[in-house]
Amino acid sequence: MPHPSHPAPRELLKLVVVGHVDHGKSTIVGRLLYDTDSLPEGKLEELQALASRRDMALEWSFVLDAFQAERDQAVTIDTTQIRFKTARRDYVIIDAPGHREFLKNMVSGAAEADAAVLVIDAAEGVREQSRRHGYLLHLLGVRQVAVAINKMDLVDHDGARFAQVAQEVSEYLAGIGVEPAFLVPIAAREGDNVAAASPRFDWYEGPSLLEALDRFHAVTQPGLQPLRLPIQDVYHFDQRRILVGRVESGVLRVGDTVLFSPSNKTARVRSFEAWNAEPPVEAHAGQSVGLTLEEPLFLERGEMLSHPEAAPQLTTVLRATLFWLGRTPLAEGQGLTLKLGTARYAVEVASIEQAIDTDSLERRQAQEVPRDGIAEVVLRSRALIALDEAAALQRTGRFVLLDGSETVGGGLISMEGYPDQRRVMAVRASNLFSVEHAVTREQRWARNRHRGGVIWLTGLSGAGKSTVAMALERRLFERGYHVYVLDGDNVRRGLNANLGFSPDDRAENIRRVGEAAALFADAGAICITAFISPYQSDRDRARTAAERLVPGGFHEVFVAADLETCEKRDPKGLYKRARAGEIEDFTGVSAPYEAPATPDLSLDTAALDVEAACEALFGYVTAKFALEATD
Amino acid sequence: MDRLDQLEAHSIYILREAYAQVEPLSMLWSLGKDSNVMVWLARKAFFGRVPFPVILLDTGNELDEVYAFRDEYVGKWGLSYVNAACPPLEETDPSLPLNSRHAARKTLGLKRILAEQGFRGVFLGIRRDEQALRGKERVFSPRDAEGAWNYKEQPAEFWDHYKTELPPGAHLRIHPLLAWTEIDIWRYIEREDIPVVPLYFARDGWRYRSLGEKDITRPIRSDAASIAEIIAELEVTRQPERAGRTMDHDSEDSFERLRASGYM
Ligand SMILES: Nc1nc2c(ncn2[C@@H]2O[C@H](COP(=O)(O)OP(=O)(O)O)[C@@H](O)[C@H]2O)c(=O)[nH]1
Repeated sequence: MPHPSHPAPRELLKLVVVGHVDHGKSTIVGRLLYDTDSLPEGKLEELQALASRRDMALEWSFVLDAFQAERDQAVTIDTTQIRFKTARRDYVIIDAPGHREFLKNMVSGAAEADAAVLVIDAAEGVREQSRRHGYLLHLLGVRQVAVAINKMDLVDHDGARFAQVAQEVSEYLAGIGVEPAFLVPIAAREGDNVAAASPRFDWYEGPSLLEALDRFHAVTQPGLQPLRLPIQDVYHFDQRRILVGRVESGVLRVGDTVLFSPSNKTARVRSFEAWNAEPPVEAHAGQSVGLTLEEPLFLERGEMLSHPEAAPQLTTVLRATLFWLGRTPLAEGQGLTLKLGTARYAVEVASIEQAIDTDSLERRQAQEVPRDGIAEVVLRSRALIALDEAAALQRTGRFVLLDGSETVGGGLISMEGYPDQRRVMAVRASNLFSVEHAVTREQRWARNRHRGGVIWLTGLSGAGKSTVAMALERRLFERGYHVYVLDGDNVRRGLNANLGFSPDDRAENIRRVGEAAALFADAGAICITAFISPYQSDRDRARTAAERLVPGGFHEVFVAADLETCEKRDPKGLYKRARAGEIEDFTGVSAPYEAPATPDLSLDTAALDVEAACEALFGYVTAKFALEATD
Repeated sequence: MDRLDQLEAHSIYILREAYAQVEPLSMLWSLGKDSNVMVWLARKAFFGRVPFPVILLDTGNELDEVYAFRDEYVGKWGLSYVNAACPPLEETDPSLPLNSRHAARKTLGLKRILAEQGFRGVFLGIRRDEQALRGKERVFSPRDAEGAWNYKEQPAEFWDHYKTELPPGAHLRIHPLLAWTEIDIWRYIEREDIPVVPLYFARDGWRYRSLGEKDITRPIRSDAASIAEIIAELEVTRQPERAGRTMDHDSEDSFERLRASGYM
């Protein structure tokens, strides 16, 4: 059994120093090492000799050379680690990155940091890299930021200039949701206000830079958040079946009922297991644990363990802000591997929504994302992904992208506009038995003299779905077809009267429509549905429901009209109200529409009138639903 | 969780990530303090057993106490032990300084055993704070078929997602102790009561701070005869850890050349 160690090991804070080139990052690091008495033996004398020989001010940035393979320039592009200590704790500085392969190296170092110093030259003010580095800190999840406004000697230690630069940097950071904990005026070369307060800043009342750092917290993993434990592996070294993994957030206790996602299995935790230590009865964020279950479930690496009442979302589509490290630009339609927790999913870039310019924070349309670029994208997978939103749970709300075997990017998840698909997953009704009907599908078709099936219209509001649906219904009815239209009016009034318009409710609305349409189809009718149904995953689910009963009986018809056309038509005045902000989550305006990738039929209603569209559709139906045509 | 708990949890996470995704695996067991901590962490990660072979790169010239330690703990710890005999000095690069050539024997020994047994991953107990170049390392560090390390083109590694895919012939060096410092190692040895070779403790004013081969490793002046005294000594020393490893000091770039060609 382990001994308690004496004295307790000191806390370690991982620090990253960023900022525009020449604003003084290396000087600050050198000076911090000097002020905390952490310089290697003889280094100070060496620097002093060098300065007097060249008749220059002492160059603190040369200190860093002592920590690097002296002669090798090439190596300094990467992160190195430099340590110092204060009375309060130990520090390791993850060195500021150079310029080559800038993003890749910054990401690899700074992603681990607990806190950051953003260095700004008081004379120059905020520059391009100041902004870019600030943005990346935010993306990487470094939340504790001190801004050091350096070279105050060049502006005569002027409080007004300090306030001006402080405001400039605060405004930028506020734009990306970062609030610096400290804004500190310093003159790093002279050491003013780096470790000790300086009389030159008599107008400043805050802490020195080092005091500010001491007030940061060494980030400990979040405990009060929902439980997340990605399963790394399942061991059967002996008669035990041990699940292993690290608690990413929350607390897990023996006896807890837990849910595994995406498999959606539940079980109770029987025990924690440990070697050479008393097994714990509860596990906290940051701990690597082994556990056994009461029920012998078949589980694999990649499942996410949570409590059932606070589960991760399940989805086949997600929105993310990502940084791209790939050698070639990221393009729509590209296939990649997404790693989240311990799971891997094949995904496709459904769309690149916007590229983000870190300099101006401007967002603009883009066809591709260049190396080191940042963009908002929509990704789609075949399998359900268990995930969280980054704003709610940082560690399970982010992912890494692989192209083949190469790490090419990382992203933060936002699910705005997309529903949780867990609630609308097919019901696992294990106690239902299907009873054979005494009438076969073929007998129904023979009597009707046509097949049964679903004509699923999808398109923007105003694209003409209902008009086309009603015209088609009339026409088919007149020819003796058994046909019925499901639309918002007849469905929302009864079957779905309990649903609203949140993303979740909309998804459930569509699920029920899909199931109802499937029953009509099974009964031998042609069921036409007229719903925006903006998500491919919802439509795919409707297809599955129909084809389970009537194989080949689902027909996805894209009623295509671009947003501009629809908005011009605006028969119900809905677009106007959505633009005015009166309607939330309005498809095309404030919620996404995912056009079918491979519709069975596409009707361009911007080019065709109702008559012609109906004619085209009628031709399709008579061909596809004729008995002799395909039998 | 204190600092040691965090380091332990993270190292266990790394060991399990590798075990789940890289096959076949092995671990270098130099028998020094770091590699003993690494074996210990593996036993924690895998509930008492080390489910892959541990390899000694044997020059035939290790210190006697090191061999004695091995003979005792292979059995006590239930290790599956592989002795990898290192090729003779004549086979090393003659353009390297002599001490580095001694070290290069280990590189050749490692290359040979990896090729012979087809290991795709090998755990090594190196730490970032030991040496500036090791500071550049990734946790999962790919090597080509020649074992060469391309430190200018390293993969991005962040958010604890590691590179585990490899082209044929290549292998991964996996470094579970990369974030530990020398003092962390000693505190953990003390806390867990992990056995180490007695040469680390001072006798007659000398102790080994780092263990290597007989001819190329020297003890340092020290009176630290217990772990607590070693920690106290390390708190104030400004001498680098590998000061007693002569190969590091042959010439400015010898260590870099050794590493680029596959040294640990
Ligand atoms: N006048 C003045 N110059 C400074 C100060 N801090 C740094 N410098 C100079 O600014 C230059 C760039 O500094 P350096 O630390 O290398 O910048 P980095 O590129 O951000 O690491 C060097 O010549 C420093 O001497 C300061 O407080 N005042």
